[in-house]
Amino acid sequence: MLKTTPFHQRTAPLIRAQTWRRWSGYQVASAYDPQHDREYAAIRNAAALFDVSPLFKYRIRGRDATRLLDRMVTRDVGKCRVGQVLYTPWCDERGKVIDDGTIHRLGEEEYRLTAAEPNLRWLTLNATGLDVDIAEESESVGALALQGPLARAILEQVSPADFGALRYFRLVQTTIRGRPAVISRTGYTGDLGYEIWVDAADAIPVWDALTEAGDGYGITPAGIWALDLARIEAGLVMLDVDYHSAHHAVIEAQTSSPFELGLSWTVSPDKGPYNGRPALRREAARDPEWLFVGIEVDWESLEALYHVHGLPPSLPTVAWRSSTPVYRDGRQVGYASSGCWSPLLKQYLVLAHLKAPHYAPGTRVSLEVTVEHQRQQAAAVVRTLPFFDPERKRA
Amino acid sequence: MTSRRYDAIIIGGGHNGLVTAAYLARAGRKTLVLEKRPLVGGAAVTEEVFPGFKFSVFSYVVSLLRPEIIRDLDLPRHGLQILPLESTVTPMENGDYLGSWADPDESRRELRRHSPRDAEAVVLFGRLMQQMAMAVKPILGMLPPDPASLAPSDLAGMLKLGGHMRSLGAERFHALFKLMTMSSSDYLDEWFEFGPLKATKSASGIIGTFLGPRSPGTAYVLLHHYMGEIDGAFRAWGFQKGGTGAISNTIANAARALGAEIRTDAGVERVLVKDGKATGVALESGEEIQAPIVASCLDPRRTFLQLVDEKQLPGDLVEGIKRYKFRGSSGKVNLALDGLPDLTCLPGYGPHLRGAISISPSVDYLERAYDDAKYGEFSRNPYMDIVIPSMIDPGMAPPGKHVMSIFVQYAPYHLNGGWTDAKREAFGDAVVDTLARFAPNIKSRILHRQVLSPFDVERITGLTEGNIFAGELALHQLFFLRPVPQWAKYRTPIRGYWQCGAGTHPGGGIMGASGRMAALEILKGA
Repeated sequence: MLKTTPFHQRTAPLIRAQTWRRWSGYQVASAYDPQHDREYAAIRNAAALFDVSPLFKYRIRGRDATRLLDRMVTRDVGKCRVGQVLYTPWCDERGKVIDDGTIHRLGEEEYRLTAAEPNLRWLTLNATGLDVDIAEESESVGALALQGPLARAILEQVSPADFGALRYFRLVQTTIRGRPAVISRTGYTGDLGYEIWVDAADAIPVWDALTEAGDGYGITPAGIWALDLARIEAGLVMLDVDYHSAHHAVIEAQTSSPFELGLSWTVSPDKGPYNGRPALRREAARDPEWLFVGIEVDWESLEALYHVHGLPPSLPTVAWRSSTPVYRDGRQVGYASSGCWSPLLKQYLVLAHLKAPHYAPGTRVSLEVTVEHQRQQAAAVVRTLPFFDPERKRA
Repeated sequence: MTSRRYDAIIIGGGHNGLVTAAYLARAGRKTLVLEKRPLVGGAAVTEEVFPGFKFSVFSYVVSLLRPEIIRDLDLPRHGLQILPLESTVTPMENGDYLGSWADPDESRRELRRHSPRDAEAVVLFGRLMQQMAMAVKPILGMLPPDPASLAPSDLAGMLKLGGHMRSLGAERFHALFKLMTMSSSDYLDEWFEFGPLKATKSASGIIGTFLGPRSPGTAYVLLHHYMGEIDGAFRAWGFQKGGTGAISNTIANAARALGAEIRTDAGVERVLVKDGKATGVALESGEEIQAPIVASCLDPRRTFLQLVDEKQLPGDLVEGIKRYKFRGSSGKVNLALDGLPDLTCLPGYGPHLRGAISISPSVDYLERAYDDAKYGEFSRNPYMDIVIPSMIDPGMAPPGKHVMSIFVQYAPYHLNGGWTDAKREAFGDAVVDTLARFAPNIKSRILHRQVLSPFDVERITGLTEGNIFAGELALHQLFFLRPVPQWAKYRTPIRGYWQCGAGTHPGGGIMGASGRMAALEILKGA
């Protein structure tokens, strides 16, 4: 039996087509409507409300809280001020990524870490000899993501915090209709958006406050299908879809370094010892063997492949997540791990891992596509990520 | 008074003119767009008619905009954002309704409630319409060859067209001919039995024409409305965020980014012609601007009979343009609402309010609406296509308030006694009264009302007789006959003077195809 989130009482009646899916042992919505178009549109046009409670959450307190996190992750946690949020991967000793998530600095000696996978054991191992208290709060904290250009206007209706002053990747400890809430200006859509962290016991009143206040602003509960389109447009990597955790990889080839995932900016060049530092320092000195990049499929080429059969192109309106070969001049140079038709950009967008030197932006490659049961190759071009990066995200 | 020199001047900042300008600028031509109004867009404009309430004043939905234009001009980067319009609900006279929803299973089950036979037929009909749209698609991007001409390019064009027709196969070829010749009502009778379904579908066949659902030729207009593609799906309609004016602004932004210059409040008085060749334009202000290429995106009557002296044109062309049919037949009512309408057939809040509401209970109802118009009156019980854009794009109205767009047919341009303020308001009353029969609370919700007759459409946008397609989409005015035989290739008898508006092939809707093909022709010649 899958677990339900603290918002289940509200989300369950909305899932009209019963399109539940599993996420870390919880059941969540793929979409609330039978089709997800409107939910996606809300992300870019109004405000979409996601239940992201299945994220793993840990509260880390104590004199050595900063030291623990700094020892574990690749970014310099010492530079993270109270009220700031860091996105960061963390690696094993070979410099291969175990997981990625966010670090919220709630106080001088208090943090919240979010993660895609269980990390309690890894945290505890890293805490050896440190004065720190680690508590898992995955079940006791409910989490919502309110994403879209009108997200701020909605929050201003229900919370006294100054959202105009809340910058990108900052958080505020405030209330929503009187219930304590941490609101961080973060998200997984590449748009203006916030994540809201509340006590599970307050989940229902907070949901009600947001949906009620958001009514005139087009607030739309949205599921993973919509989220997946947005995160591909935003070029955001996803564990277990785009890469494997070093803790799960069976062979070396299944692991990735932060450099290979396009996360070189998260690797601190000068901070003290941390997991994987020697390997990462070596890797920093050269071009990575692989790189996670964007690919845009050429429309005319795709259309021509279908035209031969008298068909219009079939477009992936739900993102696909299956490994697909990428070629250059007939030779395989990598693989794509996710792709979708972007309803906003009107482009077929793909996230892929390409070998050096084929990952340079502008490189002409081709993507394997199956047209009428036949394997074909559609022309494509390597693009810099993100595909979509609106000013309002940071403004 | 002479100012700077340009390579090309586009008369009219309608969406086609903007597309032409963008393509010319993209090819490195120094291009100037001149728009009479303070804002670009022509019939695709968004205006804050009442404070806080924004309206797509005329054209209100989008589907036909050619995907190649979206790609070539990179329109999403310049603001194109099409939001889904997912459903259509037709309230019935007996208090029931017919719904068509985003989910195919829900739609089929809904139609099955009324007619199990139609619920199956509609799937096959949809497939055929998709095939027809695919069959027509290459023609939309084809320079219309003149079948009476022996010029090599025309012969090659006819050969290409013939080859395309043959490739369709017998079944689709026959269907295409039926669509080209039949009335939408007769055509739909071959497929369906349920009245409100036939009426709602046939309504697509009368939009913008002075014809009824039982008039031959309307089946083509039906097909015209199926040609739209959004994300590879034919017959998909949507909303531009910010209204249709935002589409015009998007194209204008793209054109500017490519180097085109756009001037508003710059109405053109006439085209300057010397020795049979266009040399520039004279503005209403008296200013003259020189350019070797001048393209008009105004409708054919103004392009040929107003902007140039008809003495400079061959007599048969002048006669042809004088006979070209406009006959505006539709009006628009825009309402600012302080709450949502409550439909008798579907009370309260629901997904139906995010889609279209079609007042088309039966083919008889539509035909009677046409009967009024045939004899010079507006329909007492008109056909209406209603959408509530603020339900999809909250930015169109203040929070909790709404805007409602009502496309209304018929409102003949040539009204008995002519259009007056009183007639316009009587027309608005007929619309609201008709709607109130299906949504009794509507009158108490109305904060403001804007009523536009075809006379107003002409007065504001310039579209002759208020025809939304810049000339009827009738068979005798399509393809190599649009606007008149021999002048269907965007050229005019005056060298350097071009047509680029919807009065040329393939015609109306926010499609941009005319503007694009005109630009490509201009560039071939230049």
